Amino acid sequence: MSFPWAKHYEPSHPFMKWVDSRLPLPRLVYNSIGAGYPVPKNINYWWNFGVLSGFALVVQIITGIVLAMHYSANTLVAFDSVEHIMRNVNGGWMMRYLHANGASFFFIVVYIHIFRGLYYGSYKPPREVVWMLGLVVFLLMMATAFMGYVLPWGQMSFWGATVITNLFSAIPVVGNTIVSWLLGGFAVDNAALNRFFSLHYLLPFIIAGVVILKIWSLHIPGSSNPTGIEVKGPEDTIPFHPYFTAKDGFGLCVYLLLFFGVAFFLPNALGHADNYIPANPLSTPSHIVPEWYFWPFYAILRAFTVDFLFIPAKLWGVLAMFSAILLLFFLPWLDRSPVRSSNYRPTMKWLFVLLIVDVIILGWCGGAPAEEPYVRISQIASAYYFLHFLVLMPLVSVIERPLPLPNSITEAVLKGKDRDGAPIGMAQATNATISATPAE
Amino acid sequence: MLGRLISYAIGGVFVLTLLVAAFAPREAVVEDPNHALHKYPMKISWAQDGVFGTFDRAQLQRGFQVYKEVCAACHGLERIAFRNLVDIGFSEPEVKAIAKAYEVASIDDKTGEASTRPAVASDYFPSPYPNEVAARAANNNALPPDLSLITKARQGGKDYLHSLLVGYGQPPAGHEVPEGLYYNPYFANINIAMPPPLASAGQVTYAEGQPEPTIDQMSRDVSAFLDWAAEPKAETRKRTGVAVMIFLLILTGLSYLAYRRVWAELKSRGAH
Ligand code: HEC
Ligand code: HEM
Repeated sequence: MSFPWAKHYEPSHPFMKWVDSRLPLPRLVYNSIGAGYPVPKNINYWWNFGVLSGFALVVQIITGIVLAMHYSANTLVAFDSVEHIMRNVNGGWMMRYLHANGASFFFIVVYIHIFRGLYYGSYKPPREVVWMLGLVVFLLMMATAFMGYVLPWGQMSFWGATVITNLFSAIPVVGNTIVSWLLGGFAVDNAALNRFFSLHYLLPFIIAGVVILKIWSLHIPGSSNPTGIEVKGPEDTIPFHPYFTAKDGFGLCVYLLLFFGVAFFLPNALGHADNYIPANPLSTPSHIVPEWYFWPFYAILRAFTVDFLFIPAKLWGVLAMFSAILLLFFLPWLDRSPVRSSNYRPTMKWLFVLLIVDVIILGWCGGAPAEEPYVRISQIASAYYFLHFLVLMPLVSVIERPLPLPNSITEAVLKGKDRDGAPIGMAQATNATISATPAE
Repeated sequence: MLGRLISYAIGGVFVLTLLVAAFAPREAVVEDPNHALHKYPMKISWAQDGVFGTFDRAQLQRGFQVYKEVCAACHGLERIAFRNLVDIGFSEPEVKAIAKAYEVASIDDKTGEASTRPAVASDYFPSPYPNEVAARAANNNALPPDLSLITKARQGGKDYLHSLLVGYGQPPAGHEVPEGLYYNPYFANINIAMPPPLASAGQVTYAEGQPEPTIDQMSRDVSAFLDWAAEPKAETRKRTGVAVMIFLLILTGLSYLAYRRVWAELKSRGAH
């Protein structure tokens, strides 16, 4: 695949020879996650999160399929069937808690993975498609998790679904038609529950397909690394197996410790108590909140409280919420800096820290009731979010003076300073050392 | 260049709209006077707390007695079957005897008419009212919720439940309690339609050797029982969790050693 020095698959066992010459699946695995995939030797623990995301998807699919064997997608019995899983199905409580908390941990891992990409500039050429496919996975995950949360048919399931699907009614002219088309009726009811279950079952497999495309496109240029400079030769890489299978194995164990710690000992800490009350269309909960992983976007949605420029507040909120995610697709072009890693970008590094603080503030406001001071704080924080991506990032990328880059990964490793981003190898950072200069 | 200008323009429009909203004057909020009276649940310590905590079976049985003799008049427990009571230390004959005292809906196998029969161990607890209308009619138009999931369905869980049950009191001066409601600062609306269910010590007679049935004791016992009812598998879950964590800790240690070993050779070459 990627580099000329990548090891070639040589089946030693006659059986593998036999298989490989008829269906080169062993070769594919060897070249994708085996010794045939050369990886920059300096990648740090933040690079563990891709494998962890894939693992989290597999956990959701396996626990989900088992749950679906006992779950019943009908408004009359959906809630009871989930309680039946919790009380009467052997190990049912485990499957459900692993699935419900697995969704949260999936998002934790994917958020870290995305922020890793932001810090190290992984979205820049030649990995734009990898980045965009990752965002497609993120969007599909959000749709899947949203529909999954409706399935237990508790109060938050019902009212969350009502609030979120109602957003589409903000679209001028066709809004209401779209809402009833999405729901299969005028309100969230049996038709909606049934189609949400159908789609909730389908989408994870589509996600798996997109993940495969994503890995395929990643393996053209190969993984990036904390210095952000490209691999120059065989001395910069080591084979994925055994080095990163061993490291990912350790990372996976640490992940499982945290995940199982929550799923077995605090299984409802990340959920909402109201979802243990059966759905009741006649009684609105005092405050409706989505799952925590939607809070930052929910805060942006609710931050728009005034009609402005002839656009009603609600439509502003919807536009902004979708823009907040969709703008990430344009990062490869918004960020013009030829330097990928923020380790060498003194200004961007600080902006990154501010962005994290901003998103945490947004998340905190999104989970809080729509009252002061939360509304005003989320308005300022949302404004900063857009300012960061649409103004500061493009602006800083052209005026910032990056620190000198090392000449190669190996040089950076030998100096042992790749992590703190000190000006490494004071050697002149000519454009020659900056391998990926986006075409202007 | 054009792209960057478009980006500044879109960013500018969003930021402007948000700043207009941020600086728009707020309508004065009328502070709900009940808000200031509301209290958060007391922090109580329970036998089932913590990673290694287990239910106190004697307490659960006392709590069951309180549920049966007091709360069951108004509240159902529809997700619990009589057979589940084996989990809290009743023997099978005891469970059969408890079940037999209840009548459940049935169909006469000769005439097909609706009738009733004594419950058996596999039946679920029958609810006190045939439907919601009847429940509301008997309770001043308020609906007593089924209690099988109550500690999971309220923030604060069993702490909230206990606080609610012992939290009735005299309203402060100036607070008007509407007709048919009772003052309880732990309840979200402050005024609750449930009359104080545990009103006097000794309301339930506990067996020989059990603690005094004070209001506080009865309340703790029924709260512990309902906490069990909300998740009868909670003990199994924690026990499984401990085994899983021990296994994982060992596996994590081994995988770390394996990782170090695989990488040792690279490091010694000075390559990393
Ligand atoms: C006389 C009937 C009656 C009895 C007996 C009774 N309750 Fe209630 N209970 C009600 C009613 C009515 C409500 C609804 C209150 C409301 O919505 O204002 C209620 C509500 C509740 C709630 C829900 C409070 C909330 O947060 O929404 C709990 C918990 C509760 N009862 C527990 C108990 C327990 C435990 C007992 C036994 C010790 C008990 N009740 C005995 C009538 C009763
Ligand atoms: C992208 C992967 C997935 C995510 C993020 C996800 C997320 C969720 C969430 C958040 C819930 C609600 C949990 C709760 O509060 O109970 C849920 C429920 C459910 N999911 Fe998934 N899920 C995924 C994959 C799957 C798959 C592949 C299946 C298989 C059919 C499945 C079947 C179910 C079922 C039957 C329920 C209802 C039972 C329950 O509420 O626990 N899920 N899912």
